[in-house]
Amino acid sequence: MTPLSVHFTGVSKRYPHFSLDNIDLALPTGSIMGFVGANGAGKSTTIRILMGLVHQDTGAVEVLGHPMPDDQAAAKRDIGFVSEDMRLYEAATLAWHMKFIQSIFPRWDQRYADNLLRRFDLKPQQKIKGLSHGQRVKAALLLALARRPRLLVLDEPTTGLDPVARHEVLAELMAVLTDEDRTIFFSSQNTLDVEQISDQITFIDRGRIIDSANKEIFLDRWRRLRLMLPPDRPLPRLPGVVEIGGSTRLPVLTINQFDPAMVALCQDAGAAVQSIDAMTLEEIFIANVQSRRDHSVAVSETPESVTA
Amino acid sequence: MDTSIIISQSDGRPMYLQIMEQIKQKVAVGEWPPGEEIPSIRALAVALRVSVITVKRAYLELEREGVILTQHGKGSIVAPDPGLAPRLYDRELEDHLEHAAHIGNLLGLTPDDLADRLRDTSARLTAETLAKEPV
Repeated sequence: MTPLSVHFTGVSKRYPHFSLDNIDLALPTGSIMGFVGANGAGKSTTIRILMGLVHQDTGAVEVLGHPMPDDQAAAKRDIGFVSEDMRLYEAATLAWHMKFIQSIFPRWDQRYADNLLRRFDLKPQQKIKGLSHGQRVKAALLLALARRPRLLVLDEPTTGLDPVARHEVLAELMAVLTDEDRTIFFSSQNTLDVEQISDQITFIDRGRIIDSANKEIFLDRWRRLRLMLPPDRPLPRLPGVVEIGGSTRLPVLTINQFDPAMVALCQDAGAAVQSIDAMTLEEIFIANVQSRRDHSVAVSETPESVTA
Repeated sequence: MDTSIIISQSDGRPMYLQIMEQIKQKVAVGEWPPGEEIPSIRALAVALRVSVITVKRAYLELEREGVILTQHGKGSIVAPDPGLAPRLYDRELEDHLEHAAHIGNLLGLTPDDLADRLRDTSARLTAETLAKEPV
């Protein structure tokens, strides 16, 4: 068994207008997890709990073997954290920040830092206040990477980056993984980035984890089936149908438990399978969120309307 | 070793299939010769900027198809089988023939019609190649 770098079990946190509900996460060492959710889904709260910045009400959090938040000082020595709201000193230069971080973290790797300066096209003499958004993100990432942390925690590292900067950042993240003892947890709204570099994918919506799996399994399980039915034939009953679209004769099924044997099942039921389409992570995410939301509406409305 | 595999995000096929296909082509044309060591899963993932798990899956399937061999702790090599390259072409031909036969059925062509069409196409290609060759 690969050890886990991040392990959440039954973590909950209640706020007046939002709650994180029973979060389970398991991120094996040496892999990348992409954490996907809409705005306000609970990504940042989860990350703050992971970092020990917010204390969970219930549940256990272990990061690099350290229980959080109790052991956060020890854990943070080995975590590199980059988030939007991390403030660099506007009046200071990037070189000053590099010296500062170096004075705190003895594992600081100056050669790697110099390399990153070149690859990210950053100038150490430049003051933070003169940097663009993309340059700030790259500067913050450089400061985290050159510490060579065992775990990188990145809150939306690619949001607002231009395509070239995004490409540079993703390449640098992958390069980290050359070393199989290092692990990355990153949140994103960009499913394309997540689909490309993640080993593990977790979807969060409205404070709950709605799906979490190895990416290959994830992509394999979801398919769109385009069928053609003879007149007056009912739709074959298939497991894992999340959504039925299209028309009566030409239905399109979205399925989250696809198995190649389903094709024969459809044909036996008189339905011709016209195509089996793979879905992008974005399509899977949207279908997943919508079906759960519809389902939760249906479930929560029925008992109430009965009792009312 | 050359790792110039190009992954296209607008290609509808899963990334692991694209990786498999391009490795098979490299083997088929002899760019990656039999017995030669190929990049480790992690090294190829980093070079292609795709997840480790995607490359791992491609390697597993390639191993199942007998294209590569993975020795535990030693990395992977192209299967040391001199007949591999022609066999890969042969399998590709088989796939295309199946596809052609399938479409032929849809169009209501007899096997003889289909064979004629293939003969014509082959003759046309040969003629075109001859026409292009310098005299």
